[in-house]
Amino acid sequence: MPQPRSPRPRHASLLQPGPVARLLFPFAVLLTLAMGVASLFVGVSHVSPSLIWAEGGSGPATEVLFTSRLPRTLALALAGAGLALAGLVLQVLVRNRFVEPSTVGTTESASLGILLVMLLAPGLPLPARMAVAAAFGLAGTALFLLVLRAVPQRSALMVPLIGLLLSGVIGAVTTFIAYRTDMLQSLGAWSTGDFSVVLQGRYELLWIVAGLVLVTALFADQITVAGLGRDMAIGLGVNHRAIRALGLVLVALLSAAVIVTVGIVPFLGLVVPNVVSLLKGDNLRRTLPLVCLSGAALVMACDIVGRLVVRPYEMPIGLTMGIVGSAAFLWLLTRRRANVA
Amino acid sequence: MIEIDAVERRYDGVAVLSEVTLSLPKGGLTAIIGPNGAGKSTLLSVMGRLQKPDAGRVTLQGLELSRASGREVAKKLALLRQDNHTAARLTVRDLVGFGRYPHSRGNPGPEDHAQVTRALATLGLEPLADRFLDQLSGGQRQRAHIAMVLAQDTDCILLDEPLNNLDISHAVRIITLVRDAARQMGKTVVVVLHDINMAAAHCDRIVVMKGGRVLRHGTPAELMQAEFLSEVYETPITVHELAGRLVAVY
Repeated sequence: MPQPRSPRPRHASLLQPGPVARLLFPFAVLLTLAMGVASLFVGVSHVSPSLIWAEGGSGPATEVLFTSRLPRTLALALAGAGLALAGLVLQVLVRNRFVEPSTVGTTESASLGILLVMLLAPGLPLPARMAVAAAFGLAGTALFLLVLRAVPQRSALMVPLIGLLLSGVIGAVTTFIAYRTDMLQSLGAWSTGDFSVVLQGRYELLWIVAGLVLVTALFADQITVAGLGRDMAIGLGVNHRAIRALGLVLVALLSAAVIVTVGIVPFLGLVVPNVVSLLKGDNLRRTLPLVCLSGAALVMACDIVGRLVVRPYEMPIGLTMGIVGSAAFLWLLTRRRANVA
Repeated sequence: MIEIDAVERRYDGVAVLSEVTLSLPKGGLTAIIGPNGAGKSTLLSVMGRLQKPDAGRVTLQGLELSRASGREVAKKLALLRQDNHTAARLTVRDLVGFGRYPHSRGNPGPEDHAQVTRALATLGLEPLADRFLDQLSGGQRQRAHIAMVLAQDTDCILLDEPLNNLDISHAVRIITLVRDAARQMGKTVVVVLHDINMAAAHCDRIVVMKGGRVLRHGTPAELMQAEFLSEVYETPITVHELAGRLVAVY
């Protein structure tokens, strides 16, 4: 058949599945490892491989490494991977590029859940607190989808707009309750994500993210097919409703795990999956490892910057990520206008 | 092969399909034609289990669609809706590969790869195989979706206006392709078409619908009658024999 010339986007060669795309994965692995190593040895107290060697495995530097730096680095990597993955799954299932847990009400609802736990059952252990946050997050996402169905929307930008409005309303309710109950300060404590509080024994819940990544990987093909739309999914024998429900539960659990341990890290779930999609497409089976690695690397990078800029103090990651993320979001808005649907 | 038994479908109390009873034998290409709002696409959706009938039932090779497992049906029946605007950035090869999903469940074997390669070749998509869908023209994307449906390798194929977005050359190639699949490989293919002449020239059977009902069902020669078509489309239509074909002029 004759091949008519097809429209090519700008920088088409970079966006084609080609040598650049093939090198992405090893590059992401190296970058993540490099960030991980840097994160272990950057900080106020001096920790370096030679110092640890000199201490022979027991001493102040080794102590800092194992009780603070290593847990912090693992927490960063897990939270970054989890949030990026949550954004990816949400974008595929909602079929919109501009959604992520903090733009569809998941994050705000989970925060409301945590506030209520603190008020009504302050003694609840962390896993139970996370379960409540996840349940609220899921309910918030479901509410968003209901509103979305009720609003006749033609533009791709309406979707995150509705989500942001809904998040705003839920956030206002949370703030109001916190104000009335004198909890504003503790609300502030987790509404800006902060990894400086992470110590050994206080982040382990985040390992649940690793399990959730595995579950998502098992269902990667079905999630991709569900992302092709209800009709295509049914045609290919995929239970669209069940996979969508599963995906939303995964998103809620991932978000909740991160929020209860380190707080809200905005934009990550938006930026990382979008960049990966531009470079590597939307076949989850292929992009999932890349999204998780890039999420981990980006969060570690932002945290390291936060540790260095105002030394010996720290900038919370929510702030660094907010700056990086909003800049990237603006860039994406100008880049992706053509192919959002 | 496909038995449609007294199917009813209503939207907000308005009947879109009423008392549709239709029996399509195995093999052959059937076109559904009719004016806008006749219920053609709705009928195809019900046949493809995308919509549940409010009354009546559809059976496929003795399998009742509303009760059968989605996966089992997906091995026997493939369908392509008219508005397949996939937002996903998949390569053409990946999309066609997902046609094998009902068979491979994510673990494609040699047979699956062979089917994908064949489907890509049949639609002339090899040069585009590694392009992303959003880098293709509308017609190329349409062909990629048809290749996906072919790769699914089902006995029954339902296509809703498959010739939309295609130029004359590709439209003729695709209608010939599905006709050959129907006649040579014994597949049962049902297409919704707007072009009566395309239907008359290439299809074995034509189903004429209007107002949610099947008016007539027969061979092109039986249905290509000026008076009947004029009535159906409420437009003066004459039918002529031209180069051995029945051609409607309107």
